[in-house]
Order: sequence, then C-alpha cells, then structure tokens
Amino acid sequence: MSNKEKHWEKTKGLMFLTLIIWFVFGYLIFMFGSSLNTSSFLGYPLAYYMCAQGSIIAFVVLIFWFANKQEKIDEEFGFTERGEDE
Amino acid sequence: MFKGDFVKNLPKIYGTYTGGFLIFIILMAIAESAGMTAKTIGILFVAFTVCIYAFIGYLSRTVQVDAYYVAGRQVPTVFNGMATAADWMSGASFVAMAGGIYFGGYTYMAFLVGWTGGYVLVSSLLAPYLRKFGCYTVPDFIGTRYGGNLARFCAVVVLTLASFTYVTAQINATGTIAARALGIPFELGVWVGLISILLCSMLGGMRAVTWTQVAQYIVLIIAYLIPIFWISNKGGFGLFPHLMLGEEVARLGELEAQFGLVKNSAADIKAAGVPGGLKSIAVAHSAVPEGGMAAWKFISLALCMMVGTASLPHILMRYFTTPSVKAARKSVAWSLFFIAILYTSAPMLATLSKLSLIDPNLPTGIIGKDISAIMAIDWVQAWTAQKQAFIADFNGDGVLQLNEWFMRGDVVVLSTPEVAGLPYVISGLVAAGGMAAAMSTADGLILAIANALSHDIYYKIIDPKADVRKRLLVARVLLVVIGAFGAYIASMRITSILGAVAWAFDFAMSGLFFPLILGVWWKRATRQGAIAGMIAGLASGTAYLIYVYPKFMGNPAWLGIDHLRFGIIGASVCLVVMVVVSLMTPEPDKATQKMVDEVRVPAGRTILGKQH
Repeated sequence: MSNKEKHWEKTKGLMFLTLIIWFVFGYLIFMFGSSLNTSSFLGYPLAYYMCAQGSIIAFVVLIFWFANKQEKIDEEFGFTERGEDE
Repeated sequence: MFKGDFVKNLPKIYGTYTGGFLIFIILMAIAESAGMTAKTIGILFVAFTVCIYAFIGYLSRTVQVDAYYVAGRQVPTVFNGMATAADWMSGASFVAMAGGIYFGGYTYMAFLVGWTGGYVLVSSLLAPYLRKFGCYTVPDFIGTRYGGNLARFCAVVVLTLASFTYVTAQINATGTIAARALGIPFELGVWVGLISILLCSMLGGMRAVTWTQVAQYIVLIIAYLIPIFWISNKGGFGLFPHLMLGEEVARLGELEAQFGLVKNSAADIKAAGVPGGLKSIAVAHSAVPEGGMAAWKFISLALCMMVGTASLPHILMRYFTTPSVKAARKSVAWSLFFIAILYTSAPMLATLSKLSLIDPNLPTGIIGKDISAIMAIDWVQAWTAQKQAFIADFNGDGVLQLNEWFMRGDVVVLSTPEVAGLPYVISGLVAAGGMAAAMSTADGLILAIANALSHDIYYKIIDPKADVRKRLLVARVLLVVIGAFGAYIASMRITSILGAVAWAFDFAMSGLFFPLILGVWWKRATRQGAIAGMIAGLASGTAYLIYVYPKFMGNPAWLGIDHLRFGIIGASVCLVVMVVVSLMTPEPDKATQKMVDEVRVPAGRTILGKQH
C-alpha cells in the first residue's frame, strides 16, 4: 500500500470512530429517554440533561478531539501543510 | 491605535469593541434611571448596533475577487468560529428556541441536539476536504468534482431553494424586531431590516460579512446571557444557572402535576377568540413521552437537522475562509463551542421564565391568581394589546388556570426581562441581540445565494471571460435583488418562523448531502449519478412535503415522517438513485480520480488554485 493509501485508511478509521461516538450521543441514548430520566445528574433528570447540555458538550469535545487526532495522522504520513499556519 | 497586521490585531480590535458595547449598556442604564423613556432606549440600542455593523461593512469594502468570495482565506480559527456561530444562530435560535422549549419541553429539545450534532458531520466528512478543494461556493465543488454545467446548475437550484426558504424567515425576524424597537409598522420594519442587512454585506462580500458576524456574535451572546444570569441571581435560583437549576426543573414537574396539563380543544380555543399562533402550556417540561413512536420522532427530527446542517451552503462556505485545511477542522470545533454557549443556555432561560410565570409562590407568578388582578399588570396589558398574549377564562371562575394563559412562542425571550421585573435597558439589549442574530444569518444566506448565482451561473456558465470588475458588479446587483425579493415575500407573512426554518434543512439534505459527501468519500460516484441523485432527491422530498403538509394535501404522515422531517424521504431517494445510476455509468476518468485523491490529503496546493 502506498503512503497515501495508508493515510486514507487511517483517516477513514478515525471518521468511523468519530461517527460511532456521534451516534451514541446523538441517537442511541435518546432511544432510552424514559428509562434514562429516572436517574439524575446535577439534580436534572438525565435524559433532559443530555439534550439540554450533555450531548452538546460531548459534540464540542468530540470535534476538538477529532481535529487533534486527524492532525496527528497527517503528521505521521508527512502530509502536514507547510507555510501559513494559524 | 492598531498598527501592523490586521489579523494579528483582531483580539485587540474586538476586545475594544466588546468593552465599548458594555460601556454603552451601562450608559443606557444610567440614562434609564435619569428618566429616558423605554422607547428611546429601544431605538438607541438597535440604531447604535446597526450603525456599528454598517461601519464595519464599509471598512471591509473590497475590489478583489478572493476577498469578496472567501474573505481572502485569512480568517483565524477562533474568529471564524464566532462568525460561523452568528451565521448559524438565526432569529429562530435567539428568539424562538427558548419559547419552543417553554411550550414543547423535552420533545422540542430534539432541535437542540440536531442543531449541534450536525457539526460532527461537517468536521469529519466535509469541511476540511472542501477547504482543500479551494472552491468559492458549494456548487463550485459539485461542478468541478463531477464536471459539467448541469451538475453545477442542479446544485445551484438546491442551494437557492434551501437558502431562500431560510432567508425569508430571517428577514421576517429582523422586521418584527425593528418594528417593535423603532415603533414602525411591520411592513416597513422588513425593509429597514433589509437595508441594515445589505449595508453589512454589499461593499465587502464575504470579508465584510465575516467581520460584522464576529461583532454580531458578541452582541447576541451578551444579550442572551445577561438576562439569564440576572434573573437567576435576582430570583435566588442559583449563582450559575446552568449547573444549579435542577431543583427548579423538578419544581416545574410538581407544578405541572398540581395544575394539570390540559390540552384545550380546537373548538374551545376558537370560541374564546384566541389569536392565531398563541399557545398554552400542555406538554411536560422534562418528562420523556412514553413509547417507541415518541423516541423515533425525537431521533428522526434530530437526524434531519443534523444532516441538514452538513448540507447548508451558507455554513459550509464559512470554512472556505480559513488559512489552511487544519484550521478549517479546528474552526468547526470553535464554531460549535460558541454555538453551545447559547444552546445550553436556552433550556435554562425557558426553565426560569416558565417558573417565574407559573409558580404561585413567586411574586411574578400569575397562574392561580385573579384574572382581574393579572390584567392590571403592565406587561400583560402591553402584550395582550399586541395580540401576543391572551387570557381565556374557560371555566369562568375568574382565576387563571395553566391552560387559560396563551402566549406566542417568540414572546418568551422578548418578554422575560419585563416579566421578571428587570430594567428596560435589558429589554433593549435583548432586542439588539435578536436583531444581530437575524441579521447575521440573513447576511450569510443572501450572500450564499448571490455568490452561487454570480460565480456559478454568471461567471462559470454564462460569461467565463468576464473581468473582475464586472463579476463583482454582478455579484452586488444580485445581492440587492435577492434581498429585495426576500423582503417582499417576508412582508406578505406566509409561514411562521420555525416551520420554514426546518424546511430549509430538509431541502438542503434532500438534494445536497449525498452528492457532497460521496464526492469526497466515494471515487466511483459519477456525474450522471450526482445529477440524478440531486433531481430525484429534491423532487421526492418536495413531493412528500406537498403530500403531507396540512395546508397543502394534508395526508397522514407515513411512519411519523411529517412536514418537518421530509428530508428523510428526499435524502434516502437521493442516496439510492445516486448509487444505482453511478454504478450503471462508466467510472469517472483518471483525472477526476486523481483529483479526489488530492482532496483527501491536506498538504499541497488547492485543487482550484489557479482556475479562479
């Protein structure tokens, strides 16, 4: 496999992993909303908390994590952009 | 004062701006205590902020194509995040979201999950690749990846339909707020709103829109957070509401049980003469409705909003403005961070305003009290006079029950400062925030449509030899024409703010989602497949909308897929048709496959680098 193909394999792997986590926080937990709501977090019913704050915070963290992870993959295969950086 | 590189000075510039805005709020508070009228304060708030945006728009004027279409590709990640957040959070997010939670409770909150989760798709599937492509518009990507003018044209059609559905709602919101703050009729307010919007974008295109959106984000987030923290602390609900409203949410559950959640019959509502669009609380705040269908409705709505997010061109094009592919990815994360600040606050605002209103133990509570006493309260009089609130004494006992108090959803945010007894300066601030939210989204949308028409239709298809001056002239003329058309439609008041907003997501996902992601992730996707997918997706989605929407054919929804969720039909058809047609047609040529390989790697030149 060429360098490019290996890079793309890893990139795809990260994409699938990211989407699995996304699916858990975006859909899976809300399939069990009513049973979730019997527990509580910070005094809020858990399902209510997850859609008010929990899942949203999870998405923010997930995207930052994904961006860092993808940067590492790009570095590993020498595909990091040169020049202007921010 | 600000010497040297503009980009390096950005934190200083916007720091000063934020400080200046806070000083303005304090000055207004002083003026209020010195006896300035509520009306003058409202006018000053809206006029002052709009003038600042217009000034930024003027300073950002440009005659360069790169600056006009993609802000020169030099917007730093954090600032692009703020601009995207303002671009994203519309009048609906600012004005209607807390109101939606107020009336819809947990069920409505599927919108919160949906309007944030979509960014995961944007960052992992699209934004970095589109940035690497180096396009100016979203149809630019479709047109180059699949080749040919027809694919480009189809993408422009989907973009225009989705964005235009959305933009009328935004102009409508600017009109409502301008009308209220300035004390002018709605029909005139719409045009005042449009002129404010165009002042921000006309001279500088994307560059001007970027820098005004950052300024608008700062105003709208301050305007959203101050009342929440103020009410929470004033009422003794908790120092930091986001972490401390557990008891209040539980209390709402108790009150619901005590008053009973009564759903009024349509006949009763009609007989009592309740004005259209007003609702009473009939759904539990935090309880989850039982059953698989309820869970599916929650999930399917979230799905439509998420996939729609990843297909809306005015959001995707914001990531064309970052300096690098890496920056595009990070910038998506910052966007969602800034969006999350408002979205996690909306349920808190809904909780606080609901509790202030319905808890009889609080001085602000009105439920369970004598109607004659309630009618004497200033804010009740003001809002009922405008037909934004209504009392219907169904059982005739002279005491207000929970199901007898009607309000328009949008009023929840706008009236909460008054209901909780905050000074009028806060109401003025909230009006300025709502205006900022609606203007920034309208700007992004109008620009997305005008850019697609001027770049993809005029320059790429009609007149590829046009010089820079002519291209930018066409772009600006289109901006004005589209804005004016949107304002004209808005002034006719066709749909309520939120129905139309959800439709934009469904239209976008029906026609664009799969052509976009498969363009990057599936080399085998062909031109014929993409064209067939876009046409079939959009057509089937639209047909289903007509089939199911009560005001059109009004047929029963299939599997709970109602008019807010028609994108599920459209996008599924689009996927199947696109895959089948792609497999039936010969695979894309070597050059196209090589292009896709290049897009997948961050390093190196952009694909379209030299062609603009």
